[in-house]
Amino acid sequence: MSVVFLTFLLFSVVLLSSAVMVISARNPVHSVLFLILCFFNAAGIFVLLGAELLAMSLVIVYVGAVAVLFLFVVMMFDLHLGVIKQEASRYKSIGILVGLVLVVELGFLYMNWQSASNTHEILSHPITPGRTNAHAIGDILYTDYFFVFQLAGLVLLVAIIGAIVLTLKDQATSKRQSISRQLQRNPQDAVTLVNPEKGKGVRL
Amino acid sequence: MIEMSYYLILAAALFSTGVVGIFLNTGNIIVILMSIEIMLLAVNINFVTFSSFLNDLVGQVFSIFILTIAAAEAAIGLAILVVYFRRRQTVNILQDQELKG
Repeated sequence: MSVVFLTFLLFSVVLLSSAVMVISARNPVHSVLFLILCFFNAAGIFVLLGAELLAMSLVIVYVGAVAVLFLFVVMMFDLHLGVIKQEASRYKSIGILVGLVLVVELGFLYMNWQSASNTHEILSHPITPGRTNAHAIGDILYTDYFFVFQLAGLVLLVAIIGAIVLTLKDQATSKRQSISRQLQRNPQDAVTLVNPEKGKGVRL
Repeated sequence: MIEMSYYLILAAALFSTGVVGIFLNTGNIIVILMSIEIMLLAVNINFVTFSSFLNDLVGQVFSIFILTIAAAEAAIGLAILVVYFRRRQTVNILQDQELKG
C-alpha cells in the first residue's frame, strides 16, 4: 500500500464518519462542526485528485462562508432538542432502507462502469501537464464559459436580494433615512461652535 | 495509484449518507439543509473524479458552478428558516402542517 493510498483511505474514512456524525448528532451545533470537518476532508480528496483550485475554494467558500452562516443561524435559535428527537424515529427504518438500496445500486453501477473507447479524442478541454490548475481553469472559465460565469454571479445577486427581503423586519421603531429632511438641514441650524473656559463644562 | 471506482464509491456512500440524513432528521430542517450540502459535495466529488481520470477540465469548471449554486441555496434556505422560526418558534417541519399537501 502506497502513501497516496493510505492518505486517500484516511481522508475518505474521516469524511464518511464525519458525514454520519452530521446527520446523527443530537445537537445541531455539533452537526455544523462535523460538517466543517467533512468539507476539510473533501478538500483533501480534491487535492489527491489534482484539483487544487477547487480544494482551496471549497475551504474558503464552504468552511469560511456557508458553514459559518449555518453556525450563526443555529446559535441564534433557542432549540428544544428533546422535542426534535421524538419525531425522528418515525422515518428511521425506511430512511436506512432507502440509503442502503441507493448505495448498493450506485456501487454496482460504478463497479461495472466503462468509458467509451474514443473518450480521449472527444475531450473538449484536455488537461495539459505543466500548466497549473488555477491557470488552466481560468483559461476556460473566462473564455468559453464566460456567460455561464456571469449567470452564476447573477444567481448570487438574486440570493443576496432574496435573503435580505425575506429576513428584513420593518418595525415602527426602525430608523430610516429621509432624504428631503437631510437636504433641508443647513450647517447653521445643525452645528454650534463653543469655546469653553478651562475648568468649566459646556452647557448646550 | 488509486482506482477511479474507489472515488466513485466514496461519493456514492456520501450521497447516500445525505439521503438518509433527510429521512432521519425530519424534525429539524437545519440538519436537512446540511444533508443537502453533503449530497452536493458528493456530486462535486463525482465531477472532479471524472474530470481528473478522463483528463478533461470541464468537470472542474462545472464543479465551481455547483459550488456557487450551493452557496446561494444555503443562503436562501437559511433566510426562509429564520422567517419560519420567527413565526412558529420551532424548526420542526412536520409538527402541524399548514400546507395540507
